[in-house]
Amino acid sequence: MSSNKSGVLMSDEETKGLLSPLRRKLLMGMAALPAITMLPRASFAQAPATSAVNTTGLAVTDTEVTVGILHSATGTMAISETGSIEAEKLAIEQINAMGGVLGRKIKFIQEDGASDWPTFAEKAKKLLVNDKVAAIMGCWTSASRKAVLPVVEQYNGMLYYPTFYEGLEQSKNVIYTGQEATQQILAGLNWIAKEKGAKSFFFVGSDYIWPRTSNKIARKHVENVLKGKVVGEEYYPLGNTQFNSVINKIKLTKPDVIFTDVVGGSNVAFYKQLKAAGIDLSKQALLTISVTEDEIDGIGGENIAGAYACMKYFQSLDNPNNKTFVPAFKKMWGEKTVIGDVTQAAYLGPWLWKLTVEKAGSFDVDKIAAASPGVEFKGAPEGYVRIHENHHLWSKTRVGRAKLDGQFELIYETADLVEPDPFPKGYQ
Amino acid sequence: MTDNRFFNRSELIGILLLAVFLVVVLPLTLDVFRLNLVAKYLTYAFVALGLVVCWGYGGILSLGQGVFFGLGGYCMAMFLKLEASSPENTKIQSTPGIPDFMDWNQITSLPLFWKPFHSLTFTIAAIILVPGIFALIIGTAMFKRRVGGTYFAIITQAVAAILTILIVGQQGYTGGINGMTDLRTLKGWDIRPDHAKIVLYFFEVGCLFVCIMIAQFVRHSKLGRILVAMREKEDRVRFSGYSVANFKIFAFCVAAVFAAIGGAMFALNVGFMSPSFVGIVPSIEMVIYTAVGGRLSILGAVYGTLLVNFAKTSLSETFPELWLFGLGGLFIAVVLAFPNGLAGIWGDYVQPRIDRLISSRKPKPEGWTDSSVADGAPAE
Repeated sequence: MSSNKSGVLMSDEETKGLLSPLRRKLLMGMAALPAITMLPRASFAQAPATSAVNTTGLAVTDTEVTVGILHSATGTMAISETGSIEAEKLAIEQINAMGGVLGRKIKFIQEDGASDWPTFAEKAKKLLVNDKVAAIMGCWTSASRKAVLPVVEQYNGMLYYPTFYEGLEQSKNVIYTGQEATQQILAGLNWIAKEKGAKSFFFVGSDYIWPRTSNKIARKHVENVLKGKVVGEEYYPLGNTQFNSVINKIKLTKPDVIFTDVVGGSNVAFYKQLKAAGIDLSKQALLTISVTEDEIDGIGGENIAGAYACMKYFQSLDNPNNKTFVPAFKKMWGEKTVIGDVTQAAYLGPWLWKLTVEKAGSFDVDKIAAASPGVEFKGAPEGYVRIHENHHLWSKTRVGRAKLDGQFELIYETADLVEPDPFPKGYQ
Repeated sequence: MTDNRFFNRSELIGILLLAVFLVVVLPLTLDVFRLNLVAKYLTYAFVALGLVVCWGYGGILSLGQGVFFGLGGYCMAMFLKLEASSPENTKIQSTPGIPDFMDWNQITSLPLFWKPFHSLTFTIAAIILVPGIFALIIGTAMFKRRVGGTYFAIITQAVAAILTILIVGQQGYTGGINGMTDLRTLKGWDIRPDHAKIVLYFFEVGCLFVCIMIAQFVRHSKLGRILVAMREKEDRVRFSGYSVANFKIFAFCVAAVFAAIGGAMFALNVGFMSPSFVGIVPSIEMVIYTAVGGRLSILGAVYGTLLVNFAKTSLSETFPELWLFGLGGLFIAVVLAFPNGLAGIWGDYVQPRIDRLISSRKPKPEGWTDSSVADGAPAE
């Protein structure tokens, strides 16, 4: 928003002295000159002078630029966020191997959010105020993002946020590299309604903002668009491990589809108890928006095989980008690591930042925020992504089916990129 | 301890040293970011101070101080959140003028219990009264039935767990696990910029000293001596005709109100409140601050809080993946080697030397006669 403001201000100042149209043209030509001279420089990626690319005092030297990595390396979220840290480090290493950004190597400062939201805010402030990082790759849960958001807005930082999330948010200072709720949910519901003829849905989620909002959107879509019925909607506290009562309700209501957004460790209990209760996922359709390869690692492939997951990326995707990404990731972090949806989205962060910096020809946050819309990354492991005006990504929605070995088999993908719509009309 | 003053000479020196440290040394040596961190640490010092009164003197171990910290913090945060949710600020919502998390949870009008929080006077009263009355209820229910010791500690833990679940579960009214974020102004005064942080810091230090004085008063009054006596031999105090339960309730309420003031300061200084300060883990952490500082020392509580939090921040900045082990090691070392915490180190090693140095002038140093309530200030 404030980038708009500054743009308006500049043109106001310009118009003050523009009395004759000729003078105006001359001035415009003069204004365009530096822009023209900058273009080839940026595209040759030779190091332009630091004073030119960094007018706001960020940690940029002639040879280095500093970014922050802010995830939970400790605490309950560490198991989920470790993949994101690894992906971001891989991307930074690859970018440095290619010569860095505007001729500068990326140096990163890693901070631990410790699965504690105020700690996230404190560390984000430290990164922006003390370390003057050019960008932050970080956060995972919505709660941590909500805690960090006022900080990045106040100190005008740039946050690349990797997780699929509930939407209802848009900031000049954030690029959301994961899917917002409609991008993740709608296509998956359409597919399962068409493919399985599903009419009745049972929602099970963890009790916080993301599942609640996602289910709200899903409910509206089921009721208004698919003309189906939601036969149950249940929430459990984070970390809950007793799902017997909801499983009984599922057995009683016999929904066509179980739609789940249970997160974290609760997943392990949920799928084991589903299996123990005799619900066979090869017959009972189950669509989850919260289980990636990372979670299956804990759940066990045998407990979830047959379930459908709605994501934008699966490790098994068959495209040239992914075929180089997966081995590179495994080479750096070990053969046994798995790559989930968010890990891939985290990998996009440093790359999109690099491409945007090069497009803007500057590390300045205002210029990056303004240059972000339209930036495309053709090397994305998920295929191709582009930044929308609302700072979310255009990306495809995909449905995969869990296999015994913990991988997903791609069943369906949308033909086109799905437009991000963080404030969906008719779903609020 | 025969005089009626709030503090003897060594305590006075300790308080002055602390004042110089907090008012002069820290603001001059730290940048605004670090100073704001100190402000955040000091909010826990209020809790630790309350625990000195309630646990150190009264012998009542409460593992649920986060409840009161949270209640105070949420009262303050509700006021700030309402101010930040003016109709102009919340234009993009389906119902403008209510806090954003309510809008996300399909609540279309401000709930009744939120409405009084438009008033700052009411909010300040609520910060003191809500936790105070809550502590009174818990205290009355427990102590009148002579529930004490470990049982009481466990019940306070249960209360902390219940309140967390309540806050997380009622997210439309409380912001759920995300808490209340993006607090902006206090009566139109922006609390986010650097100069506001400095003002808030000094305001907080002022409040802290008021609380220290109250704690000193309690400690040196007859009441304080009854509390100590009760801790040492509860039955004798009871047989002497005192109502033990009432004294316990009082100590517990004082601790609760201190914690609540800390919570309110937290919301102001950090611009944030969430259930992660209410639960069992943060409550136990607050007890650790007191233990490290020395549970018998009022000033030790402040230093202990500062030390542990400094260690936490600097360890986690230096070793993002291993810092928790270092911190755990620190706690174990302190508790094993120095059961009376920093104040114990000061009282056992530093104070005697100082006393010896000045003993030529003063034959019997006071404040050193009663070693069970050692209260010298530890070194900065």
